[in-house]
Amino acid sequence: MIPTVVNAMADFFFNLPPLVQGILKGLAVICVIFPIAGVCSMAERKVAAWVQDRPGPNRAIVPWFAWIPFLGRFLQRLGLFHVMADGGKMLFKEDSLPGHVRKAYFIFAPIAAMIPALTTVTVVPFGAYIAANGGIVPLALAPLDVGILAVFAVASLGVYSLILAGWASNSKYPALGSVRASAQLISYELSMTLSVLPVFLWINSPGMEASLGFARVVEFQSQPGFWGGMWFIFLMPVSAFIYMVALYAETNRQPFDTIESEADLVGSFHTEYGAFKWGLFFVAEYSHMIVGSAVFTLLFLGGWNPLPWVSLATWVGWVHDLTGWAWLVHPLAVGLFSIAIFLVKVLILIFVFMWVRWTVPRFRYDQVMKLGWQKLLPLAIGNLLFYAIAIALID
Amino acid sequence: MATELNIPDTAAKAAEAAPDRMSLSMGPSHPSTHGVLRLQMELDGEILTKCDPVVGYLHRGDEKIAENMTYNQFVPYTDRLDYLAPLANNMAYAIAVEKLAGLEVPARCQAIRVITAEMARISSHLMGLGAFGLDVGAWTVLVHSLNQREHLYKLFEELTGARFTTSYTRIGGVSRDIPDGWLDRVGGFCDQFLPALEEILSLLTRNKIFLDRTVGVGVITKEDALAYGITGPNLRGSGIALDLRKDKPYSGYEQYEFDVPVGSKGDSYDRYLVRGEEMRQSVRIIRQVIAKFPGGDWYAKDARKIFAPPKDKILTSMEELIQNFMLVTEGPQMPAGEVYFEAENPKGILGFYVVSKGGGVPWRLKIRSPSFCNLSILPKICTGILISDVVTLLGSLDFVMGECDR
Repeated sequence: MIPTVVNAMADFFFNLPPLVQGILKGLAVICVIFPIAGVCSMAERKVAAWVQDRPGPNRAIVPWFAWIPFLGRFLQRLGLFHVMADGGKMLFKEDSLPGHVRKAYFIFAPIAAMIPALTTVTVVPFGAYIAANGGIVPLALAPLDVGILAVFAVASLGVYSLILAGWASNSKYPALGSVRASAQLISYELSMTLSVLPVFLWINSPGMEASLGFARVVEFQSQPGFWGGMWFIFLMPVSAFIYMVALYAETNRQPFDTIESEADLVGSFHTEYGAFKWGLFFVAEYSHMIVGSAVFTLLFLGGWNPLPWVSLATWVGWVHDLTGWAWLVHPLAVGLFSIAIFLVKVLILIFVFMWVRWTVPRFRYDQVMKLGWQKLLPLAIGNLLFYAIAIALID
Repeated sequence: MATELNIPDTAAKAAEAAPDRMSLSMGPSHPSTHGVLRLQMELDGEILTKCDPVVGYLHRGDEKIAENMTYNQFVPYTDRLDYLAPLANNMAYAIAVEKLAGLEVPARCQAIRVITAEMARISSHLMGLGAFGLDVGAWTVLVHSLNQREHLYKLFEELTGARFTTSYTRIGGVSRDIPDGWLDRVGGFCDQFLPALEEILSLLTRNKIFLDRTVGVGVITKEDALAYGITGPNLRGSGIALDLRKDKPYSGYEQYEFDVPVGSKGDSYDRYLVRGEEMRQSVRIIRQVIAKFPGGDWYAKDARKIFAPPKDKILTSMEELIQNFMLVTEGPQMPAGEVYFEAENPKGILGFYVVSKGGGVPWRLKIRSPSFCNLSILPKICTGILISDVVTLLGSLDFVMGECDR
């Protein structure tokens, strides 16, 4: 019964015009990214509370929910309604526009922050299903062949929104913040890009069909055998480390959040912002975190493969053999499994982001720059050379 | 040091004179100026070329207020000096006035005062540590230390009736004796506090980022520290073992064994280490006080013109009623004279200079506040450092504006 309905739905979807399909997929992804950003802010507060030995947000509740016997109390304790109240507050409170700002740019800056945040999501595959011919088909809005380039190119536009916000605010703390932002983000992009190059050198070794897409990287990590199924985090731990550090710096997270360091720069580039415009910066930051973690998962953690040396297809086969459930091998079920596995990995990475944030102090601005240029960049170059030579020798 | 008036306009004019410099006003409302300190800074990029602290936003004229009320009525005002350690202020003020009267309080009263002052020291240092952590970006340190401070505040509330503004001492004694079992609970606090403190400090002490942020930042040399009149943990961080509890013991501090930690370089990290160690030493003192807690009176019984008689006596006996009436209306009767007393408070040396012409009201009362003197070095050590270092520096100096501006 259920498979027939699902099949009918799938058929209906695939018979829609491609444009409508694209719009529907886009809406679906946005509908996922926004709530995840919201849930991340809830998780941030709960993780902070957990690290700091306190209950965290647990008061707000909508009246009718209080009547639900167990679930209502649970959601209240979870702080779910705080997130909703926060979101509602940001939407409905007065969106003040200070008199001294450059208005058009001031309004445009948060929009410019959201554009790269949402655009990068489109090229990141988030799951896969097994087609009728047994091949793995990645799920992505736009499965580009230059995926990693597209992500880096678009994500680096994010710095413009910070510069613009700092400049348009026409105020001193935001100005200092945006100067820091432009220097820091550009410095760490170098190391970040260099750190992922070995991965693509490896999968594009001479004689193979070249690709810079994410799906190819995951496919490479799903091959049988010891070397085939090895995730890149084991093969290239230094790359993974550099990428992770650079990601923390790129997303302004502790210990590299000198851009937003509230202790000296008050609110930095968003000092003059409030209400929904501030909320957009906030969501953009979380979206960058999500996309950055997703890229890390795809490149180094095997994407949607459940375990190292166990690919999605193998795993589905095992469970199917064990239980004999036919619906397990249905493309839709496999797709949902792969998305779930992928999301779990991304959320674990985001948890690590939060864990680090609430544990360590913050670097000073010049120390961040020193670390980026004097330690991370030489390490990334050395790492790239090492793998380039290694690949040349192997071939 | 030349005296300069820190009128905001001078800063603006200076900025006009040097157009490649940016003038930035940090405070009086800023997350890390710990109250209402304002730093008028001149920046070359992110490097400070000049820094003028502007104080006085919290000035209430406490010294003048003191001239218009009896000695006991001023006790609540001392709470609001260093409001993170009101019990220590209460004690310093009470001892100053008692010195004027030539009065010695009983051993039990002295012990109560020592124990409360050391608890106040722990509470103040916890807040200083937490705020310092916050300034360098370590939020969790703040929350954990506030959690410990909460235990102390519960004990304060039980003892004095108030968590924050305790107003505990009276001239010639304290407002009430300790409650039953209170000392055991203080001992219990000490037992759980030491491991908790180690846990909190372990977040920072060996942390590479914290070391990078604090070692060598805001160095105060021995000579500077002495020249600017810096006191308390900031002075000891610079390597000078001046602690009035050891050097000029008061309230029976000479009976207790404790060490005076000193730093070697005088940087922010040394000041942090000194505060951490002082908390351990305070616990040591508290344990010694509890171990040999004296019995007897908890106020100076013979000083009938200074300390109010017990409440039940006031309600039943004519003489005590009159005595109480005179105390409330006229104030504790002091001889004419002048006296200066200074105590080792958590923030440094808090001194009271009292001039009396007899009667129950001081003719002049001058407060030497440690935070004010400690902040005076800012223009000297803030030059040539980064904005982020200013924040570290302010956190490590651990000042309270209520006391600085008084």
